[in-house]
Amino acid sequence: MLRYVLRRLLGAIPTLFLVITFAFFLMRVAPGGPFDRERALEAKVLENLNRVFHLDRPLWEQYFYYLGNLARGDLGPSFIYRDFSVQQLLGNGLPVSIQLGGMALLVALLVGSLLGCIAALRQNSWIDYGVTAVATFGITVPNFVVAPVLSLIFGVWLSMLPAGGWGGPSSMILPVITLALPQVAIVARLIRGSMIEALRSDHVRTARAYGLPMRMIVGVHSLRAACLPVVSYLGPAAAALLTGSVVVETIFGLPGIGRYFVQGALNRDYTLVMGTVIIIAVFVVIFNLIVDLLYAALDPRVRYD
Amino acid sequence: MTDTSETIFDIRDIRVTFATPDGAVEAVRGVDMNVKAGETVAVVGESGSGKSQIMMAAMGLLASNGRVEGSVTYRGQELIGMPREKLNRIRGAKVTMIFQEPMTSLDPLYTIERQISEPLRVHGGLSASAARARALELLKLVHIPDPERRLKSYPHELSGGQRQRVMIAMALANDPDLLIADEPTTALDVTIQAEILGLLAELQKKLGTSILFITHDLTIVEAFADRVYVMQHGNVVEEGKTEDIFQRPTRDYTKMLLAAEPEGSKPPVPDTAPILLDANDVSVTFSMPSGFLSPRFELKAVQNVTLSLREGQTIGIVGESGSGKSTLGRALLQLLPSEGRVVYQGTPIQGFDRAAMRPYRRNLQMVFQDPFGSLSPRMTVGDIITEGLLVHEPQMTRREREEAATQALREVGLEPAVRNRFPHEFSGGQRQRIAIARAVVLKPTVIVLDEPTSALDRSVQKQIIALLRDIQARYRLSYIFISHDLAVVKALSDYTIVMRTGRVVEEGPTGDVFRAPASEYTRDLMEAAFNLKKVLSRQASARA
Amino acid sequence: MTDIATNVPEAAADGQMASRSLWATALLRLRRNKAAMASLCLLVIFIFAGVFGPMLAPHHYAKVYPDFVKVPASLEAYPREDAIIPEIESVVTRARLDLGSVELDGSTLRVEANSSREIDPRVTRYFDRSDLFSNARVVEQSSNGRSIVLAADVERLHFIFGTDANGRDLLARILISVRISLMIGVLATGVALLIGVLYGATAGFLGGRIDNAMMRVVDILYALPFTFFAILLVVFFGRNIVLMFIAVGAVEWLDMARIVRGQTISLRRREFVQAAEALGVNSGGILRRHIIPNTLGPVIVYMTLLIPKVILLESFLSFLGLGVQEPLTSLGVLISEGARNMRGAAYMLLYPSLALTLLLFALNFLGDGLRDALDPKDR
Repeated sequence: MLRYVLRRLLGAIPTLFLVITFAFFLMRVAPGGPFDRERALEAKVLENLNRVFHLDRPLWEQYFYYLGNLARGDLGPSFIYRDFSVQQLLGNGLPVSIQLGGMALLVALLVGSLLGCIAALRQNSWIDYGVTAVATFGITVPNFVVAPVLSLIFGVWLSMLPAGGWGGPSSMILPVITLALPQVAIVARLIRGSMIEALRSDHVRTARAYGLPMRMIVGVHSLRAACLPVVSYLGPAAAALLTGSVVVETIFGLPGIGRYFVQGALNRDYTLVMGTVIIIAVFVVIFNLIVDLLYAALDPRVRYD
Repeated sequence: MTDTSETIFDIRDIRVTFATPDGAVEAVRGVDMNVKAGETVAVVGESGSGKSQIMMAAMGLLASNGRVEGSVTYRGQELIGMPREKLNRIRGAKVTMIFQEPMTSLDPLYTIERQISEPLRVHGGLSASAARARALELLKLVHIPDPERRLKSYPHELSGGQRQRVMIAMALANDPDLLIADEPTTALDVTIQAEILGLLAELQKKLGTSILFITHDLTIVEAFADRVYVMQHGNVVEEGKTEDIFQRPTRDYTKMLLAAEPEGSKPPVPDTAPILLDANDVSVTFSMPSGFLSPRFELKAVQNVTLSLREGQTIGIVGESGSGKSTLGRALLQLLPSEGRVVYQGTPIQGFDRAAMRPYRRNLQMVFQDPFGSLSPRMTVGDIITEGLLVHEPQMTRREREEAATQALREVGLEPAVRNRFPHEFSGGQRQRIAIARAVVLKPTVIVLDEPTSALDRSVQKQIIALLRDIQARYRLSYIFISHDLAVVKALSDYTIVMRTGRVVEEGPTGDVFRAPASEYTRDLMEAAFNLKKVLSRQASARA
Repeated sequence: MTDIATNVPEAAADGQMASRSLWATALLRLRRNKAAMASLCLLVIFIFAGVFGPMLAPHHYAKVYPDFVKVPASLEAYPREDAIIPEIESVVTRARLDLGSVELDGSTLRVEANSSREIDPRVTRYFDRSDLFSNARVVEQSSNGRSIVLAADVERLHFIFGTDANGRDLLARILISVRISLMIGVLATGVALLIGVLYGATAGFLGGRIDNAMMRVVDILYALPFTFFAILLVVFFGRNIVLMFIAVGAVEWLDMARIVRGQTISLRRREFVQAAEALGVNSGGILRRHIIPNTLGPVIVYMTLLIPKVILLESFLSFLGLGVQEPLTSLGVLISEGARNMRGAAYMLLYPSLALTLLLFALNFLGDGLRDALDPKDR
């Protein structure tokens, strides 16, 4: 198994390399530069800035320079937040994003699977219809609607929770709800569907025919199979959740790394964008690996290699 | 097994209905049955007769849209309407079941040990280690090779026959009074079927368990059961001792079922008949592409098969699953890449691509096994039948094609009016007729029939066989008839090839092969198919 | 050969029903689905609102009313009566008249005024000078000329959804946004459909190495963060609305390609395709008569579910300020503005949010309904 993990990680290197290369050149080919926004820069100053950040060199040279630094673990200085390196920016923001995303993930898993199971076991009852309706709501309403509306209701009108800002557990509640809502909905739907299928399967009929108690039929013979689609869904979803959300961070004013990505792209903060892209790509690779390992652990028909 | 022994399972006036979007459907319409201690009772009927649903209803396993009325008692305890906790003390302990689908009836995610242990621990209260010991004992009882290792195996690592043995082990775990076996051998090859039936007979003798055996196969009933119930459309039409029913059936339906075994034979064609299709040394190799660090994997599905098909001849190709018989059929028609040499009427067609093969396709036709899968679901029957004409008779007008479809439908015994309908509106037998019409409309010279009767009930099978015979005679057609069913091959073909794991085991004129099989494998196959009773009694005497 | 519970109803239904294609059966099933039918009605309303709404709306979406910035949603007309009376009072005072009675009848104002001296009919100028009144005229003047009845037109404007921070009618802006959303939804889905179906069908149909290579490309594009891709495309092409369609469509084709490829591969293994091959039907015929009609169902379902996704993506990009340009607008822009102004002008957040949510709901329910109708096993 260790060999498998190593091989997968080695196999990820070319993918990451491709993503980095693609993102690097795409960013650079885009019109505009990092210092366009600051008006009235003297030609001399601009030239100096370009020299400091090696922007006066040919593109391929910059590319290899960047790769060289990257190999040493250096993501370079930010072009816009000039007092910070990209490592510092990401290092400050990532824990915030991971905390929020991790909590949302946990909520999604617990609440989503619970709702999905209940709905499947009481198929076509009012509980089932209720869960389905909630799930459709969660999937349909976009987070940039949920976030301000929650903030309006609980922050402004009811003044129960902070409408925005970072600090203390109460400031995390609304962002976590916003992040978790669509995931709860999707997990509930997936579990409901696969659970219904599992409950109808031949081997569950066998379990019933052999007089196994309901808790074993559900807990042992249905739930494990029903988890499989959720596991494969949650891989990419977890990677996305943990690397922050622009919308939630913007609306609630949170210092995560989700914003950097959009701001960086708009400001042509090349290194910051590259740093974010690398973080996201690494998360995607890692979570895909975790999914495959979990899948193999849950399903003996799947083998490593 | 005398009439005085106690009745342990008593079904009275049971009715099963299913609520469907198109109204209620009555699957079982008031049936009485009983099983006495130590007895083997068979319930026989064709698909849709409701025979399985009775057992599902009795054991509380109906689908959620099903409803049951009537009474089922096990040793005086009413099972219908019994609370689930109470019913669970009987299910899996006193009354156990094995099912048709050995591939899906076991949970793919757990080991054999765990699955055999569960009922032991739930019903017998055994500890984990005691359950393990008992599971091992049970696997030995059902003659699974290498039982210690098998305990740790997952279902997908076992063959179909082995899985059914595991199911039997599970069923016997708590020394049940009654074992309900729902078509337990239908999905298995005949030789495996004989082994499983032999095992059931042996265990019944050893343990004295009653068996309620549900099947569509009269051969099994004759060899295996003491008493029979014959079912049709949710009713029991006849019941009695097996010998009585087989010797003196009283009802027309029973007589029809007994007569539904394919019969007749085909005289060989003269040696002077011209050779239409000549195949030499045909081999097919499937290769899995080599993955990252995993070696290339090759499977020789067909190895060096030679045959020549004469005008008017029917070559039967017989074999069990995995013998390569279907692959061979496809390779002959150049639907699969293959090696060797195939000549059609003097033209070597080996290795022809699609375009090169096109002119020959109308002469070399094919009918597939699955009548549900081989008709395009979104085309009308008329369009399906005439699709080949679009390719081979492009000058035909729409009206002419309609005319051809009408003609072809009449020929296969269907109303021409059905040509505007869609395949999903037809039964299996009707669909197979449509598939035959699709081939016949092109006026081919050779038709490869790939298990065309295997998915059909015996009585429908008989009609399709008659149809195939009739069409062959009318058009001097040549058939290559691929089947696992020896009875059908015996009735239809004049030359038989027996295949096993991609190779020809034996071949010759059908009469010779069936009268005096030369190889041991063919002999086993024949006995398992035609003389199950003898096989079972030989197995019994070998054990004694 | 067995009788499994689910087979029983089908077997019984066989041959008794009138001939009906799978499409017709699906349509029938869809009609029975109340949620889907309600969604369809709602969707039709949305389409009408998007197509004709901006023409029928009382205001142009870009017209700025500087006097009415951030006025709350109300069925009453603006300016309100309690804003008109003080204005008249000040006008009358400026004209050195004594105010008698004031009558407001729709958009016509009747003012009676008196003076100790004879009134010059040119007092109407004082009224015209005010922003609120226009076309002031003398209706009658008493014989001694000391009392006068004036009439003036008041422009009474209705802002039933209120106005935005620039004084533009929110209703008109929502209507134009709906039009933009629907347009993007349809066009970008079309782009995604075209690329996805062609790419997926080619990969699935050719199979082998080509398929592997083509799907590898899709995998790599999947690994790229999806917003990154969209943002870069916008950065590239600038904020051009047509390119926006293409950008969104170009991001969304990946799933479609996967679905179509999977369908094609599984269909190719089906016996009816092999049967067609055995008949000598060429690739074109197989694609046309067997593969495409059978992939159509999943593609249609996916398409109805893709439209809301695309609308969502466009709104999301607009929310980030990357979407359509002023004065044109989109629901995402409106929601983003609403979020910024929600303290004090909650209606600015709520109406666009409601519009977007309803639109997405309708599309999703319809898509789910279609899926259940075309593939009843799914539920």
